[in-house]
Amino acid sequence: MQDVPLAISTENLTRRFGDLIAVDALTLNVRTGEVFGFLGHNGAGKTTTIRLLNGVLAPTAGKASVLGCDPVTQGAVLRKRTGVLTESPSLDERLSARENLTFYANLYDVPRDQVGKRVEEMLESFELETRDTEKVGGYSKGMKQRLALARALVHHPELLFLDEPTSGLDPVAARHVRDLIRKMSQEEGRTVFLCTHNLPEAQRLCDRVAVLEHGKLIAMGTPTELGQQIVHTTQRVEIEVGHDTVHRALDLVKTLPGVRDAISEVDVITAQGAGREAIPGLISALAAANVPIYRVTPQEPTLEDIYFALHGETPEAS
Amino acid sequence: MNWRAIWTLITKDFRVVLRTKAVLIPLIIVPLIMQVILPAGLAIGAYYIPTDSSDLQDLDTFLKAAPPTILRDLQGLDDSQLFLVLMLVYFFAPLYLIVPMMVSSVFAADSFAGEKERKTLEALLHTPLTDRELVVGKMLAAWVPAVLVSVLSFALYTVAANAAGWPVMHRIFFPNLMWIVLVFWAAPAASAVGLSAGVLVSSKVKTFQEAYQLSGLVVLPIVMLVLAQASGVLFLGPFVAFMLGLVLWVIALALIAFAVGVLQRNELIAKL
Repeated sequence: MQDVPLAISTENLTRRFGDLIAVDALTLNVRTGEVFGFLGHNGAGKTTTIRLLNGVLAPTAGKASVLGCDPVTQGAVLRKRTGVLTESPSLDERLSARENLTFYANLYDVPRDQVGKRVEEMLESFELETRDTEKVGGYSKGMKQRLALARALVHHPELLFLDEPTSGLDPVAARHVRDLIRKMSQEEGRTVFLCTHNLPEAQRLCDRVAVLEHGKLIAMGTPTELGQQIVHTTQRVEIEVGHDTVHRALDLVKTLPGVRDAISEVDVITAQGAGREAIPGLISALAAANVPIYRVTPQEPTLEDIYFALHGETPEAS
Repeated sequence: MNWRAIWTLITKDFRVVLRTKAVLIPLIIVPLIMQVILPAGLAIGAYYIPTDSSDLQDLDTFLKAAPPTILRDLQGLDDSQLFLVLMLVYFFAPLYLIVPMMVSSVFAADSFAGEKERKTLEALLHTPLTDRELVVGKMLAAWVPAVLVSVLSFALYTVAANAAGWPVMHRIFFPNLMWIVLVFWAAPAASAVGLSAGVLVSSKVKTFQEAYQLSGLVVLPIVMLVLAQASGVLFLGPFVAFMLGLVLWVIALALIAFAVGVLQRNELIAKL
């Protein structure tokens, strides 16, 4: 994996706006063909990073290399090879889907004789062909997002920057977009730089993630690697017990070795801090106390756990 | 320079404006009133004004101040004809410049403040267009339609003035050389002034309406020009029209040079 060429590498990339440091000495590498998650709260600096990497905004300090180009001096050349889904769809709502796609295909210098074919291909892939001549203003949010994705892909970019691609979408539309992202990476081999604060989404899609806080990178790695760093604080075991014995079982679990704390919700007790190795002891102790056990499930740290642990916060109980 | 991308920008902006009532209505109404209804009304009025009217006698005062080149054009005209020619050929000339100025400032306001308002600017900035292509494309997108509209409205004015003035003049009397200089030299310069005003204002405000209203102030010097001519301070002959165009070009180029600084990608995106 180490030999895979880099699509993006930055070194101390920094952008200030007056006194505000939007991106603070960011150093990261993104490998070609991977889905790289860029996580952070609103205002953490994710959108600014995309603008810096795509040569739209100049850094105050530091440098970046994207697809082998310097975004500051080779921005126009670089942008021919990248596609961007901005946070708001940024579509001209007075034009139709077909007109929007044709406009961008021409701006991205798609060969003239291929523009029509590309537009058709995108309309079909994103299931917009039946309403292709309607003004985009009348589209649903999900359709607009699909069209914005189609626009980002119309020139077949090697690298895609996606800024909150499922933000504001209903679950069905969000799943559709996630499927498309997976397809772009796995079947088409494109590199995807995915900015999101939707942690379950990042968990499902990303090969590696970086976590940003106030413009600073606070962690980077695969979700598993990051999970290992905080496993002692986030691992837990869920035990489903007989309804009448929940309170008794909860008191007992709290006293067992390796358990930091325990909570109950309906008939399920969650033993915080307990890993797989604690399961035999938990079962024996509960069985000895005549507590009926229906299910025992060890829970690995999720990206959400990792994210909140890194930010020093507690995730909402599941 | 990627002329294909620039042409794409121009045609897209034009298509979008044609679908936006708030932009389209002033583009139709103003030229229609100023280039068709007003001159036609005046020409018809001239037919019915009695030749001994005191209004016509007031023209004598005006004529005393007119330069000899203009007086030569007016020789041999009766009072009704004199009134018509003075009004349609001379008094209306500076007013005509309002059209290209307004059209280009409306297009520029829609093009920049409008793009910001509709949140479409960011996607455009992420395309391979260079800063220079973006500036040239956006400026031409405002300038080309303004020049086209001004030539078209000149054509309408020519038809309206000659048709409505026929009962008084009994001949085609419009345009003269001054108007040719005005339409093909001064009006493109006025368009350039309007667009640079539109661009500069757009960079400071968030909505099309604000940009449109503020950049509309650019026509104030034209109103002053109208007053200057009506009061006999200035007479628009071919040379004055040429000089007026020159001054407008100098102002436009200075404003455009300043506007180019505002239109840097780095500056635009930082303000989104």
